[in-house]
Amino acid sequence: MPAVLEIEGLRKTYRSRRRGTRNALDGFDMRVEAGQVHGFLGPNGSGKTTTLRTLLGLIRPDGGRMTILGHEVPAALPQIAGQVGAIVESPQFFPHFSARDTLSLLASAGEVPVPRVDEVLELVGLRDRAGERVKTYSLGMKQRLAVASALLKNPKLLILDEPANGLDPGGIREMRTLVRNLAQSGMTVVLSSHILGEIQLICDSVTIISLGRRVAFGPVDEVLAQHSSGAVRVRLEAVTDLPVAATALHKAGYRVSANPDHLMLAGVDKPATVTRLLAEQGLYVSELAPVAVDLESVFLELTNTAPVPGQHRQVDQSVRVNGAESSAPTAGGWGA
Amino acid sequence: MSLFRTELRRLTKRRFTRWMTAGGLLVLALIVVGLVITNQKIGPDQWAEAKRSADQQHQEQVQWAEQERANCERAKATGEDVDHYPQDCADITAPPRESIEEAWFLPSTFVFRESFDEMLIPLAGILAMVGFVVGASFVGAEWNSGGMMNLLLWRPKRLTVLLTKLGALLTGMLALALPATAAWFGSLWLVANWRGTTEGMTSGAWQSFLLTGLRGVVLLLVAATVGFALASLGRHTAMALGGAVAVLIVGQVGLAILLDMAQVRFAEAWLLPTYAYAWMRKTVTLQDWRSCMATYTGECKPAILELTWQHSSMLFTVGVVLFLGAALWTMRRRDIA
Repeated sequence: MPAVLEIEGLRKTYRSRRRGTRNALDGFDMRVEAGQVHGFLGPNGSGKTTTLRTLLGLIRPDGGRMTILGHEVPAALPQIAGQVGAIVESPQFFPHFSARDTLSLLASAGEVPVPRVDEVLELVGLRDRAGERVKTYSLGMKQRLAVASALLKNPKLLILDEPANGLDPGGIREMRTLVRNLAQSGMTVVLSSHILGEIQLICDSVTIISLGRRVAFGPVDEVLAQHSSGAVRVRLEAVTDLPVAATALHKAGYRVSANPDHLMLAGVDKPATVTRLLAEQGLYVSELAPVAVDLESVFLELTNTAPVPGQHRQVDQSVRVNGAESSAPTAGGWGA
Repeated sequence: MSLFRTELRRLTKRRFTRWMTAGGLLVLALIVVGLVITNQKIGPDQWAEAKRSADQQHQEQVQWAEQERANCERAKATGEDVDHYPQDCADITAPPRESIEEAWFLPSTFVFRESFDEMLIPLAGILAMVGFVVGASFVGAEWNSGGMMNLLLWRPKRLTVLLTKLGALLTGMLALALPATAAWFGSLWLVANWRGTTEGMTSGAWQSFLLTGLRGVVLLLVAATVGFALASLGRHTAMALGGAVAVLIVGQVGLAILLDMAQVRFAEAWLLPTYAYAWMRKTVTLQDWRSCMATYTGECKPAILELTWQHSSMLFTVGVVLFLGAALWTMRRRDIA
């Protein structure tokens, strides 16, 4: 499938006389294929918004290569801006204009037909409140307006940074349906969010960024499979046999943790070998279930941002390059 | 072109633009009302009243002189201290009637030819203030509210966006200034007809008014551009407004006090309003009263420094180039976070 968005070796360094140098993006790579819903994940301060801003020409990169729809950006942005809809970070609009005025001015600036304004207002559920000033809107309504502004161009590539931020549960579900429908209509969607359950539900593929570098990418299933710990839950016909089974499995090299009514095994490549081993001991398995990992646990593992009791993690304390090791705190990230 | 039309629409839709424009026009309207109230048309009745007032004042002067002469003679007869009286009390006389001019007692009247040129200065000043504030707010609020970022996602050419915005602002200001100047002219012409005179207008006077009006419009455009550029530099309306307040209070009032204390020659030459005034009046003559330029007759005259509209135009050009250039440079170079 052709790539709609490609980033290679993107670098962005912030220099401050007082606080030193910080690499916001440190050779970041990303690839999004046409028609996909692509999740873009990372802890706070990992470089997600910097990536999106750089991609959209708002920030000047220090190195690397970016293409959107086959065109090098930022040089070709004026040619392709009409095909890229985006909201970046929290929605910001002039507070004294109504939603309709806001969209109408954008449509006029972008030479979009006026009827499209009402179409997108309908699409995001703001039709009946479109005449009210934006300053009276809740965060969720502003978010809907932001999505409407991004959809106004009927873009080929839609970039949504935290689109579910501030939405009520119904709104989140509507957003999910909207994104899926847009993808089905052929639109490519890049979705940055911290609601990982949502990402797992609606995304075809993901990129995970940590400290300015990609730490995982690919189809959601593959990323989950790659980071599955091979955990298996085992139940026996007779609970009294669990200690014997635990001993046998331990001797065979499995990591076993005993629970009152089942055993948990880790690092199991082939569950069939467990069945065979226990059967040879005269122990009969009533349940052998692989324990599925979810995107949240993979994210926390890869970025090393899982909360630890008694510790207060700082925003830039996450995984270092290649996900191999955890970074030491770097004085708030500056001075690296 | 669509972007230009959009920005023009955005400018006129903004409440701040509307309120500031209405405020500026209201002040101008109040000035016209003030002129109507304080001026009168001069006719035979006013001349007759002025003659009566002149006669009355002459009579008062005669009575006063007679009383003082009597006091003087009495004081001299009794040998009192009479230092403040002349040696000969007969020297105390009333001024002749003809030295008290009747014209002095005429009510104020609006002479269009004499006053209109001067009255273009408040018009230009108020419009320039509106232009500065609206220009600053137009781009400052866009930066502050995130509107500029949204717009750049649609139109990624930064300089084109900023210059188009400026173009829309200046067009909007012209659209305000031209009818406002025409209305100002019309109002004052009516005031002159009703409460003064329109006599004595020559083609030279018309030409002078036209040129002063044009300079007023240019002053408005310069103020709007500088306000716009400052707010764009600071990415906030407050940058321009704060800068203006700082310049006016610290830079002008403070500087004026400092220059006066330091007894600097032609201190006004360091103050911006002098140049705005010189721009509108074509020439401002500054005098140094602490110097003596002797004439052939031995008379001592103060040294003078003449500031002309050409000096002002140079200052305005440098200001616009400097501020707008910096705004464009930062727009091109700085990240938009």
